[in-house]
Parts: sequence; C-alpha cells; structure tokens
Amino acid sequence: MNLRKYLKVYKKFLHTSLASELEYKTNILVDLITAILSLIGSIFLLSIFFQNSGYIGGWKFEQALIIQAIYTILNGITNTWFNPNLTEIVKHIREGTLDFVLLKPIDSQFFISLKKINPSGFLEILLGFFLLFYCIRINQIILNLSFLTQSFITMSCSICILYSLWFFISTTTIWFVKTWNAIEVLRSFLYIGRFPLNSFSFSLRIFFSVFIPIAFITTIPSEVFLGLSQLWKILLEVFVATLFLITSRKFWLFALRFYSSASS
Amino acid sequence: MTLLKVQYSNMLEYRVEIALWAISGIIPFFMLNIWTNNNLNESINISDIMLSRYFLCAFFVRQFSVVWVVFSFEEDSLMGKVSPYLIQPLNPFFRYFAQHLAEQITRFPFALIIAFFFFIFNPESVWIPNLGILILSIISTFLSFLIQFLIQSIVACLCFWTEKASSIERLLFIPTLFLSGLLAPVVSFPRYVKSWIYLTPFPYLIDFPANLLSGNETNISGGLSMQIIWIFLLFPLFKKIWSEGIKKYTAMGS
Repeated sequence: MNLRKYLKVYKKFLHTSLASELEYKTNILVDLITAILSLIGSIFLLSIFFQNSGYIGGWKFEQALIIQAIYTILNGITNTWFNPNLTEIVKHIREGTLDFVLLKPIDSQFFISLKKINPSGFLEILLGFFLLFYCIRINQIILNLSFLTQSFITMSCSICILYSLWFFISTTTIWFVKTWNAIEVLRSFLYIGRFPLNSFSFSLRIFFSVFIPIAFITTIPSEVFLGLSQLWKILLEVFVATLFLITSRKFWLFALRFYSSASS
Repeated sequence: MTLLKVQYSNMLEYRVEIALWAISGIIPFFMLNIWTNNNLNESINISDIMLSRYFLCAFFVRQFSVVWVVFSFEEDSLMGKVSPYLIQPLNPFFRYFAQHLAEQITRFPFALIIAFFFFIFNPESVWIPNLGILILSIISTFLSFLIQFLIQSIVACLCFWTEKASSIERLLFIPTLFLSGLLAPVVSFPRYVKSWIYLTPFPYLIDFPANLLSGNETNISGGLSMQIIWIFLLFPLFKKIWSEGIKKYTAMGS
C-alpha cells in the first residue's frame, strides 16, 4: 500500500468536492441553522425528561449533555463524510458508473468512501466540540494525559463502528439496488445514541449493544469523559471496532464478486 | 382516480422499501421506552397505558402523514422532467398527491403488523376506539397530511428560485420533529412553550390526531378548526407561489 499516493489523491478529492459544494453557499448557511436548531431541539427534549426527575438511567442532566455533544460531533462526521459518499454508492450502482471506479488503479473502497465531502458538516462538528468543552467545564473534568488518550481511542473507535455500519448498508446496494430506506432505518436507530443507554429497558439495551452497537458509539466515550468507564469496556470497544472494520472490508470484497455491471 | 390506480401499482413494486420506511418510523416507541422506564409520566399525570397508546397513535399518524414532495419535485426539476408535466392540463402536484395517497395505502398493512407486535409486547394497552372517534381521527390525520403536503409544496416551489430546496425542508423538519409531539406529548412541554405552541401548526400535525385516537384528553372542535384554518391559510399561499414560480421557470438545458 502506497500511503503517500493515497494522501495525494485524497488532497485532490478534497479540493474538487469543496469547490463544487461551495457553489451552493446559501445551502451551507441553511445547513448550519439546521444543525443549531437540531441541537437546541434535542436539549429541549432532554430538559423535558429532566423536568421532574434529577436522574435518568443514573445520569444527571449535565452528564447527559456530554452524550449530546458526542452525538453532535459524530453526526457532523457522518454528514461530512459518510452520508455524501455512501449515498453516492447507490447512484454508482444504479447508473452503472461503478465500473469506472473499479477500473481505476486505486482501492475501490478508498475511492468510494472518501471521494466527496460536505463542508456544512464541519460546522456541526465545531458545534459539538463547543458543547463538549462547556460540559467539561460544568462537570469539572480534569484533563490529563491518560484521560485524553482514552477519550481519543474511544472516539476513534466510535467513528470506525459508525463508518462500518454505513458502509455495510451501502454495500448491500449491490444486491438490492435501492437502499435509501435501509439508510433511513439506520438513521432512526442511530437517533437512540442521543440518550444514555441505561435509560432504556433491559431488552432494548441488549438489542442496542449486541445487534446494532449504538451503545458503544456514544455511551462508552461519554463514560470515559466522566471517568466512570472500566478498562474492559474500552478494550471491548476497540475489539468491536476492529471486528466491524474487518467485516465491512470483507463484505465489500465479497459483494463485488456479485456485481454485474449495468446492461450486462 | 386513474392516477391513483397507476401510482398504487407503481408502489406495490416497492413493497420492501415501504416496509423499511414503516420500520424507520418506530422512534416513538423508543421514546415511550424512555418515558415509562424512568417513570417520567407520573409528573404529567398520564398513566403508562395512556402514554403507550399515545405513542402508538403518534406512530400511526406519522405513518399516514409523511410527505416527501420536496425531494421528488427537486429531483424532477433538476432532471428537467417538470417540463412535460407542465404542458399537461393538470397541476403536477396532483400527481405527487396521488403518489402519496397510493403509498399510504401500500403502507397500511405494514403499519398494522408493527401495531400487532406492539400489542404483543404491551398487551395491557389494547383498546378499541369507538367509531365516531375513529372517523374523526382519520379525518384529522388526513388534515394533518394536507397541512404538511401544502407546506412542503410551498417549499418545493422554491426550487424555481434556488434549485436546492431540500435543505430548507430539512430545516423545517427540525421544529416539526421536536414540536409536533412525535418524541414527547405536547402536554409535557414546559409552560413557556405551551403558551405559544398551540398557535403554530406543529401540534396539530401529530399530537392532536394522536391524542384524539388514543382517547387522551383534547379539545376536538378546537383542534379540527385550527387544522382547517391552517389549510385555508396555506392553500392561497401555495397557489400564489406556484403561479409566481411558473413564470420564473426555465427548463433545464435550455
């Protein structure tokens, strides 16, 4: 694998897609307002839950805000990279342009997952970080090296799991052609990531940690921020993330064997 | 009517997708889980059973009032498909309207299946609304659908000016999501929100029909008249913006 070549190609990707997205400047503004409103809305919802009780699933309001912050960051990452690219797969397959991608002397998964970028997601990521810093202040979290490494590891694992989930569903397009709706299902499940896992009933908790590991995506990083997380949970998340990455890669290569280009 | 028939057979081809759509609407059930699992409902004086009925009805109302006109229209107008529709002596929005109705008919069995599973897990919340209430709530669901359809059509007409109207729709969707009662019943909102929210169209989209159907307390005549008032406000606006937009329209590639 030639890392330098891939970096160079990625720079070009960034350049072209930024240039094309900046054509729609008002769009970016509207997207920013959407992100802000959606954050306000979910904090509003959270405040309704906490209206008459101090704890939900053992989390205080200030602590639950951390989950919101992490969710916002991850959602921003999804909107910047995963969503624009992986919905593109559907288009590639429907219009038969996947052939051109496969013919390029570059890894197809790399090309497909990083080709496009949606700059309005950056603002959402920034918004999430603001909220996160605010949470660090009001929860009086002490920043030290082990905390920073732990949070960095868990956050990157969450990103990997999230990416694999998206990529996994988009890959199924090769068989089903239209998977917009499967993506909608994933989105609605991911919505659960806004709330602490403990606030759900036992059966749902199992479902969201075994079948769709949404629990890992936001709850464990938030626990790290609060210093509640045990070592085995972090190790488990690393394990799950690698497992997901490898499976999604294998699944892509497996699916490609079934790809028969359009009109053939 | 023929339009409806054609669209219905069109929709039948995409049964799997519509089933997935139905599944993606189950967020209200997760919310219900949070509410009951943390005993939050005690504070707003709604029993567990009534709350679970409320969220089931919210799910139903949502299923039959989902609108995606903007996305179809944006795609069609970017692809230049609107031009042939404009030549026909029929407002293209009738076509989309028929499409939505057909989709709802296809969706009905899947929604019933999900409701069936819901009752298996929550057997104590089974109830049968009486016929009058049922009819009234079907009407109010339809009115809610009409309101959303009109709002989205107005946004869709903005396509004539901006080409990418779907981001405006996503912006509008946020208040709809949080204020319509899909995630939490409007009764539970803090007082400073409740004071003005009943003047906006949002609570009449999901909260009102869902309360009506589930037998929770609600002001029936007030709600229905508010829905009708909003339709009467939105319809002329849509007509105006449509006729303005047509003048503005330049076919793609010309």
